[in-house]
Amino acid sequence: MEVPDQRLPAATFEDLAMPLFDQLYNFAHWLTQDTAEAEDLVQETYAKALRGFPSFQLGTNFRAWMYRILRNSFLSSRTGLKATVILDAEEQEDALPKETTTPESLLLEQANREMVQQALGEVPAHHREILLLFEVEEMSYQEISETLVIPIGTVMSRLSRARKALRSVLQQKLAGGRHGM
Amino acid sequence: MACEEWGSKLDLYLDGELPAAEASALGLHLRSCSACASDALERVQFKRSVQIAGRRYAPSAQLRDKIAKDSAPAPLVGLRWWRWAAVAALALIVAAGALYTSLGRENAQRQRLYSELADLHVATLASVAPVDVVSSDRHTVKPWFQGRIPFTFNLPELQGSEFSLVGGRVAYVQQSAGAHLIFQVRQHKISVFIFPERGAEMPSLATGPVNQLSFNVESWTRNGLRYFVIGDASPDDIRALSKLLRSAG
Ligand SMILES: [Zn+2]
Repeated sequence: MEVPDQRLPAATFEDLAMPLFDQLYNFAHWLTQDTAEAEDLVQETYAKALRGFPSFQLGTNFRAWMYRILRNSFLSSRTGLKATVILDAEEQEDALPKETTTPESLLLEQANREMVQQALGEVPAHHREILLLFEVEEMSYQEISETLVIPIGTVMSRLSRARKALRSVLQQKLAGGRHGM
Repeated sequence: MACEEWGSKLDLYLDGELPAAEASALGLHLRSCSACASDALERVQFKRSVQIAGRRYAPSAQLRDKIAKDSAPAPLVGLRWWRWAAVAALALIVAAGALYTSLGRENAQRQRLYSELADLHVATLASVAPVDVVSSDRHTVKPWFQGRIPFTFNLPELQGSEFSLVGGRVAYVQQSAGAHLIFQVRQHKISVFIFPERGAEMPSLATGPVNQLSFNVESWTRNGLRYFVIGDASPDDIRALSKLLRSAG
């Protein structure tokens, strides 16, 4: 039988939680798209996590737990309520962008960092979220599954769709750029 | 396997989520197929560009300070408390050690041993992962030690008592490997150390309770094993846990 974490809660919380601060803030800012809201969200996350830490289970994933708290706080916030529908969106086959024929290497050579950032801001929230968790936070499928509370199969399909969606937005931007020239 | 099938697995492969056997097969294919290799390269670049673009927002120093402050334990609780206790205990032990010198080598040895155990107790509780086997089940903890220490021991049934088992780790005291178990009673953690009794190498210890400065200690030998129970719990708690341990044989 596993027992609840019996380590000294206050001490260990700081040790575990502070190293995640920068990445949690980055994630919060991407979710809220606003500095003040991101700051409030991170503060709320740490306050809730500190209170909940005595019930945190040793052997479970602390990082996934923190992200889950942040995400739930976001979803219950004023901005988040509007986003709830989007973040918890069902996977829809027909919402998938069509595969395009642009050679991908060409696409990426032309897409600079700023353009990818814009595109990331434009894809649906649940796509942005999973791309950030995987590519930026470098979570495993299993960790994402724990964070978003979705099955691994859904992690895989959502990530795949998210990549396609991002490519599609980038391609539109590049095409638009060419027209504009 | 056709390139198309490999292509469907490329993302999994690059994500590090393809099972090892398939991953090595795909790796071989990539070395011999330029079409799949350039596809893979493009995907790597794409992943990389998302990673770079995604690292965008940095928190302010004020926010970091505020959250670090809020996340820190209050003074005299948690880690801070233990560090303080460790320093205080060591200072007292050093002072006591000096006093005892005149009382003979054996007492000095005993002091060293007690201070070593007190250090271990404090350091272990202050560490991020105090125990290597986390379980309240003695039937999990006891076998975990098999092959890790050169002896076996029994643990008591704790149901119906105020004590619970937190877990265990291997500890080294005076060059000897033993079991370090952590128990909890209410807010207190108690360390139980079990070492082989090795005559001359271990100082002879008074059997029974000892008030060791800021900690209470009880020690006894049984079946060639030396037991120490140490913690900041009350003498009554230390005694009660010792009794349970003794009853386990
Ligand atoms: Zn191929």
